[in-house]
Amino acid sequence: MTDLSSTEPATHRSLKVADARTKKRNAAEKRFRAYGIVAIAIGGLFLLALTYNILKAGLPAFTQYVVELEVTLTQDEFDAAESQMLKTAAYTDIFIGNFEANLEERGVEVPYDGDAIERLLGKVGGDIRSYYRENLDDIGQPVTFQLQTSSRVEGYFKGRVNRDTIVDSRFLMGSDLDIVDALRDAGVLTSRFNWAFVTGTDSGVDNPGGAGIGASAIGSFFMMLVVLFLSLPIGVAASIYLEEFAPKNRLTDLVEVNISNLAAVPSIVFGILGLSVFIQFAHLPQSAPLVGGLVLTLMTLPTIIISTRASLKSVPPSIRDAALGIGASKMQSVFHHVLPLAMPGILTGTIIGLAQALGETAPLLLIGMVGFVAREYPDGVVSGFMDPNSAMPAQIYTWAARADVGFYEKAWGGIIILLIFLLLMNALAIFLRKKFERRW
Amino acid sequence: MTDYKISAKGVQVYYGDNHAIKDVNVDIEDKTVTAFIGPSGCGKSTFLRTLNRMNDTIDICRVEGDILIDGEDIYDPAVDPVQLRAKVGMVFQKPNPFPKSIYDNVAYGPKIHGLARNKAELDEIVEKSLRKAAIWDEAKDRLNAPGTGLSGGQQQRLCIARAIATAPEVLLMDEPCSALDPIATAQVEELIDELRQSFSVVIVTHSMQQAARVSQKTAFFHLGNLVEYGETDKIFTNPEDSRTESYISGRIG
Ligand SMILES: Nc1ncnc2c1ncn2[C@@H]1O[C@H](COP(=O)(O)OP(=O)(O)OP(=O)(O)O)[C@@H](O)[C@H]1O
Ligand SMILES: [Mg+2]
Repeated sequence: MTDLSSTEPATHRSLKVADARTKKRNAAEKRFRAYGIVAIAIGGLFLLALTYNILKAGLPAFTQYVVELEVTLTQDEFDAAESQMLKTAAYTDIFIGNFEANLEERGVEVPYDGDAIERLLGKVGGDIRSYYRENLDDIGQPVTFQLQTSSRVEGYFKGRVNRDTIVDSRFLMGSDLDIVDALRDAGVLTSRFNWAFVTGTDSGVDNPGGAGIGASAIGSFFMMLVVLFLSLPIGVAASIYLEEFAPKNRLTDLVEVNISNLAAVPSIVFGILGLSVFIQFAHLPQSAPLVGGLVLTLMTLPTIIISTRASLKSVPPSIRDAALGIGASKMQSVFHHVLPLAMPGILTGTIIGLAQALGETAPLLLIGMVGFVAREYPDGVVSGFMDPNSAMPAQIYTWAARADVGFYEKAWGGIIILLIFLLLMNALAIFLRKKFERRW
Repeated sequence: MTDYKISAKGVQVYYGDNHAIKDVNVDIEDKTVTAFIGPSGCGKSTFLRTLNRMNDTIDICRVEGDILIDGEDIYDPAVDPVQLRAKVGMVFQKPNPFPKSIYDNVAYGPKIHGLARNKAELDEIVEKSLRKAAIWDEAKDRLNAPGTGLSGGQQQRLCIARAIATAPEVLLMDEPCSALDPIATAQVEELIDELRQSFSVVIVTHSMQQAARVSQKTAFFHLGNLVEYGETDKIFTNPEDSRTESYISGRIG
């Protein structure tokens, strides 16, 4: 028996006065909180700088400058032009005629010639001819043409081309800028949202204005379908087996270690693997979203398996006991009780894996899904999987590597679209998690 | 021999190298309440879990010896442990309701075993089970509320209701009243007495009074050994082993 009286404090201290120990502890806590706030502030700052840069460089890609002109082509003019040797030149003349009349009507006075028109708007004759040949009914009717300006002219509006530094060339002369300014003041040349960038396909290396990310977005979409429908069932089934059913022995330990290691393998290794296995050995078509999807599935599986196993592990074992204790089979206990509780974690892991796959570039380059492949839309579901296409990040990479500075803003604009997709996916993940998360 | 509901012969349980149950022989009669008593860590829960093979879920656990229920060896390879557990129900030491509604907690067992042909029958089973487990009055207005939102003692009674809803022949209860107030305890004891009419009940308890009140047979475990097993009256009034006597009178444990 210890003497109780000896454990009494020697002096009584007030609770209102912090002693030295408490002061030290509180100070340490305050410091720790300050570190945390600083860390978050730095992170936020970087995020802000990044967002600002991306928006600044990428937003111009969504603006397009067009010359709007109403043209009326009579049947006689059409027949006359079609019977000539240089048909497009004839159409160019018709265009210039209409253009002149239009400018006169608006009171715009600026000297120009046919070459200047070609420098500003490209080969308008060809555009007009192909329009009328496809829409014969419009002959004799007034038609409003919206003609896209050349990338140099766009560069002038977006600040890449400057009056002081411009060097006359066959692409753009200093005098052309006077025409451009006059047209803009007269309201003939206007800016509008560049839908062609969102929905279009990749263009030639000398035509940054016509480049669009639509086709490669479709490529990414088909690839994500492959990844989702392969990696989710395979990953979840493998995790459930490993976590709930597999005996714990050397073999399963080995499998486990290897899955963790696979998650850390650089993605380009998966690209090489895909090239040799799927294309050279299995003879699947090159540059096909199907192959891209298979490669990305290999890459995503470890992520999904690891996160699924972690969320299965976090389900309290007493729930399994409870189910088994009233005579549920192992499978019933897993599917009725464990899996629903693990669902939010599984979904989060899956969407993180998909988001990673969506942004992956290197393995796609190896299997030939480079940007310039995305020249046309697939014409059906099968073709969506099998025909050569690119994916958004590979497209962005291709643009960034091109010489023409016009592609620079396309690359940044592509990044904005990619980020929008990622944000949407994350929003979906949060929504699904909230939906499945039962707080009880 | 086959008069006994459960008969265990030479049962050894190991957790890895830890010899948790040492050569236990015990015969448990039908339509009786058998109490397992003994100091903490002596192996009561472990032995109870061998009776419905819940130890199968613990990788390092190894069971030797024979355990017969109705004369059949439950560790025979031909025995399906899932079927066994439907016949031998269990209430765990810690309350573990499913994170589902109160109704679904109770209805789950009957549903997977096909005990109800329609919703009305299922409703009836649920109500009867909740009433028997002395929680109907508290639960009847919130059958769709989550079972995990109940208090600890209410959760334990819900788990009892869940266990009896599957109509087991043997009910294993691991300290079912440790979180209950005296009124609920009395109700559960009443239930145990009632269950005795048709089932055999094995109950682990730390309360000597409870063992004396509800059981007809008592088994005293100490350090993995079954020290003494016999009529409850005799164990509590005239124990043969000195260890039993010291435990009951509060000197060990
Ligand atoms: N899952 C397990 N893994 C390893 N050892 C275990 C496990 N469960 C129990 N044991 C060991 O087996 C012995 C008996 O434990 P058991 O849970 O059966 O005791 P108990 O009599 O039920 O005690 P209490 O009255 O405290 O519940 C203890 O030494 C314990 O450490
Ligand atoms: Mg116990």
